[in-house]
Amino acid sequence: MAACAVILLAGLHRPRLAGAAAIAALGAGFLASLALLAQALGHPGEAVVEHAVPWIAIDGLRIELGVLVDPLAVMMLLVVTGVGSAIFVYSTGYMAGDPGVPRFFAMLSLFACSMLGIVLANNLVMLFIFWELVGVSSYLLIGFWYEKPAAAEAGKKAFLVNRVADFGFILGILLLWTISGATGQERTFAFTELAPRLHELAEGGGVAALGVGLAGALIFCGVLGKSAQFPLHVWLPDAMEGPTPVSALIHAATMVAAGVYLLARCFFLYAEIPAVLALIAYVGGVTAFFAATIAVVQHDIKRILAYSTLSQLGYMVMAIGLGGYGAGMYHLTTHAFFKALLFLGAGCMIHALHTNSIWEMGGLRRAMPVTSATFLIGTLALAGIWPLAGFWSKDEILAIAFHRDLILWAVGTLTAALTAFYMGRLCFVAILGPPRGHHHAREAPRVMTAPLVTLALLSVVGGFLGIPRFVHHHAQVHVEFNPLVAAISTACAIIGLAAAWRLYGRPSTVPVLLQLKWRRLYQLLTHTYYVDDLYRWLIRHGQDRLATVSALFERYVIMRWCVNGAAVTTRAAGYALRYLQTGRVQTYALALFAGLIAIIALMLGAHAS
Amino acid sequence: MIIAIPLCASLLGAIAILLTPADQPGRVRRIAVAAAGAALAAAVGLGLTYDAARGGYQHELVIPWIPTLGVSCHLGVDGISVVLTLLHAICAFAGVLVSYSITERVKEYFLFYLLLIAGVFGVFTSLDLFFFYLFYEMAVIPMFPLIGIWGSHDIKDYATMKLTLYLTAGAVLALLGLLGLYFAVDLRTFDLVALEQWLAQRPLPGDLQRWLFPFLLVGFGVIAPMWPLHSWSPIGHAAAPAPVSMLHAGVLMKLGSYAIIRIGLGLLPQGAYAWMPWVASLCMMNILYGGFVALAQRDSKFMVGYSSSSHMGYVLLGIACLNAVALNGAVLLMFAHGVMTALAFALIGHIYDQTHTRLLGDWGGLAKAMPFVATCFTIAAMASAGVPGFGNFVAELLVVIGAWDTYRWQGVGAVFGVVITAVYMLRAVRTGFFGPLPARWASLRDATTPFQRLPYLVLIAVLVIVGCWPGPLLAVIDSSTHSLIDRVNAIRTVARLDHPPSPSLPLPSGERGGMRGSAEAAG
Repeated sequence: MAACAVILLAGLHRPRLAGAAAIAALGAGFLASLALLAQALGHPGEAVVEHAVPWIAIDGLRIELGVLVDPLAVMMLLVVTGVGSAIFVYSTGYMAGDPGVPRFFAMLSLFACSMLGIVLANNLVMLFIFWELVGVSSYLLIGFWYEKPAAAEAGKKAFLVNRVADFGFILGILLLWTISGATGQERTFAFTELAPRLHELAEGGGVAALGVGLAGALIFCGVLGKSAQFPLHVWLPDAMEGPTPVSALIHAATMVAAGVYLLARCFFLYAEIPAVLALIAYVGGVTAFFAATIAVVQHDIKRILAYSTLSQLGYMVMAIGLGGYGAGMYHLTTHAFFKALLFLGAGCMIHALHTNSIWEMGGLRRAMPVTSATFLIGTLALAGIWPLAGFWSKDEILAIAFHRDLILWAVGTLTAALTAFYMGRLCFVAILGPPRGHHHAREAPRVMTAPLVTLALLSVVGGFLGIPRFVHHHAQVHVEFNPLVAAISTACAIIGLAAAWRLYGRPSTVPVLLQLKWRRLYQLLTHTYYVDDLYRWLIRHGQDRLATVSALFERYVIMRWCVNGAAVTTRAAGYALRYLQTGRVQTYALALFAGLIAIIALMLGAHAS
Repeated sequence: MIIAIPLCASLLGAIAILLTPADQPGRVRRIAVAAAGAALAAAVGLGLTYDAARGGYQHELVIPWIPTLGVSCHLGVDGISVVLTLLHAICAFAGVLVSYSITERVKEYFLFYLLLIAGVFGVFTSLDLFFFYLFYEMAVIPMFPLIGIWGSHDIKDYATMKLTLYLTAGAVLALLGLLGLYFAVDLRTFDLVALEQWLAQRPLPGDLQRWLFPFLLVGFGVIAPMWPLHSWSPIGHAAAPAPVSMLHAGVLMKLGSYAIIRIGLGLLPQGAYAWMPWVASLCMMNILYGGFVALAQRDSKFMVGYSSSSHMGYVLLGIACLNAVALNGAVLLMFAHGVMTALAFALIGHIYDQTHTRLLGDWGGLAKAMPFVATCFTIAAMASAGVPGFGNFVAELLVVIGAWDTYRWQGVGAVFGVVITAVYMLRAVRTGFFGPLPARWASLRDATTPFQRLPYLVLIAVLVIVGCWPGPLLAVIDSSTHSLIDRVNAIRTVARLDHPPSPSLPLPSGERGGMRGSAEAAG
């Protein structure tokens, strides 16, 4: 019930003109979530709470609005409200002086409200509704500086890519809804009703595995869009055009994790369809590796972090695909801590230096001590160095992979090395490197550094909070901590950092030489594997051409040929018929006479035969 | 009687305007606002007092007219028409407010405008086929002067002729169908309620129904507008002044689908069953083809016009499914889409009045100069693209869910149509409103006064209320669609027992059977 109040509060404060209201609402939400956590910990047996009111109730269709609070939801609530509050506080400093601040906070609150809706939704339709609404708020926030053409384009792209993905998602929901009727009960969208039914159907073998598998794959389409998995990842790097707190909150910590959350939410479904689960694992693995390689060659600090986010989301999706429900959510949580931290830190640097390029930064250790220190902590956590949060969660995923699928384990470990490498590159160039440019950097105000310190603390202790024990599923794969896997991945991370130090720690010509030597590869990476170009080509030659052809058909065939053709025919007929009515008596007499002759001829002919 | 107020208020308003001297435009406008306001109040009252639990026709009022022919002025509403009356009242009220921007021949303009409003109210509230047709023509005729005199100069002549001829031709076809119906029933009455009751007991022979239905379907389908008979509509929208486009796209197009539901489904259920697979296929052309044509448009009004014809495809799909969920969705979509389109055309009108161009490419960056209008347009675009929180989402969801059991592939196509809508709507927002503001538009005025903002805010509020809390409206709609569908199914079962289904039915072509089969396979 407290969580219901959260939504109301966030909703109420949406149009308010100050950030304070938004922070207060989200802070209250955080406290309420803590209360829920205490409750959940106090009564581990009966942790599931569900309340619902009918929204649409007509014969043959029942859609409810309801909340479902279980450990999974509580975990996600804490992430959203906790990290969200930190970022809201940070935003008051970051956005100070921008004329659109009220609009900014209104949209941010809209986002928080919708995100909580996703987390608390007790059925698929309600989840879809809020799923779309976070898409809208993301669109509005990416395009916050709408006068910048790049920002306006990026917002549009994000929304449309997600729309394409949601096309699959809604079809999956409807298919699942149809399947749920196979038990003979009324069809339902609610998770708690779907889970036992699907289990029952799977046990009884009374359902076409193809249908369930297809539904699962279609729902996964939605995840592809929202969590920006290959091949629908293209919108996330462009989304960095939005203000940095937005990138931290929406495009790193929470919204993009919604896809992973959805997978966890529907785990009951995926537990029945191993084939789709394997597909999911491989999509995750491919995304993790693919994005990490691109991150190696980026120059824009936010884009490096964006590709890193893609890569880490790939880890989470892979974890769930391997059956590691708890591991995926664990990594989601720790990633929210350190990636939000990294983005906020990057925001401080951008704020101070007015540039996004890492080659124009440098020498920040003295100038911005808090930012640099926290950023380095975030980097180490992301790279998976003991004992920071990232180490524990990433190793849990890798241990599962080691156990289940060695190929994915190899990919994951390689990605860990790449992660350490590109983050090392970023730090050695932008923070530890010599000062560049003319800007005199100054430390960010308290209101911005306080959230950094909080998040840094969480990144340090995140591994000891017992998250995987709190969030688990009876069908999940469970593995013990594996020292061998941990040792290998730590070694890889250290190798990655060392390589970065070797190449970028000191002024060196090696990077340039490598670029020249592997020019093809470098081109491929800087063009992000040409995926964007492929889509652009498809839009131009597929969609736009189809639109043009349709428009021409409309114009020439339907309008000119059919409709106007009918008009011309009518007019022509009118002109022709005009000769019948000339008004001259002679013509009429002639016609009369001709008619008479014709009749006589006919009669004679009839006689003759 | 409250039922007659919307109709009489607008008619009396028209008479009052006729009696007002032409040199007092202020007074003319005030009369129009008063008339539309009274109609709106009455329509809201009708909606609130409609008893959804009881269902059926309510607020009936019968005035005998020509007893020998069975013509009487029979007014009344059921759950479907009460919602559409409300839609029309909202759009008309907003339209009258937006009409304050008209400065040329104000008296004549408002006279025709109120006649148009009265005609549409008449169609939605009359339960007599004779008056239904009379009001239908009364709604179509004022469009001719309204577009011909106050329309955009570049295309108005062609558009006016095309629109009027098209709609009249459709009306004649529908009239033939109505007369056929009149003579086929021994009752010799035009009274819809009496006909319904009579036909529920003694349905017309199946072959006759199958013959009569296309007349009504095509005749009213012209205005619905059903592909490929839609080409009058986008250009009509584009040529008309903004308030006329609002009514035209918002309400007038719904007359067609309303008539198909009311007369086609209500009186000729077997005909409907035979022909609906065709409609389901044609409306795919509406949705997808219309969407792609909209995507290619550079002109904002043409874009919204094709978008309307695309979205009316969802309404037709909802009707074609012949199940209660989809039909509820269709009626709700008529409502939501009407409000959304009225909003979009009103906003385009606001911009056009100042920029004198409808081309999206000529606008650019307008969000800077007119933030309020830009926000409203973004909301309209979002609503049109089926974003949750607006009525359109709920309605389209219902249509798709309803179609899922009957015409699954069409349902999939309909979902894809939403993606196309998002593409062209967001493109429009991007091109027209975002980006840097050109210097020549720096002096554009936003809608700043509460009075200017009122129509937009009313329309948005309605969209949001219906989107977030569709329950009450759906309950009203459901009270009538449900019984309608039940009646259709009942008659069909009776008829099927009498005449076993012959293979020479116009189509089903295995499509329906195929859908069923796949539904079972998946389930």
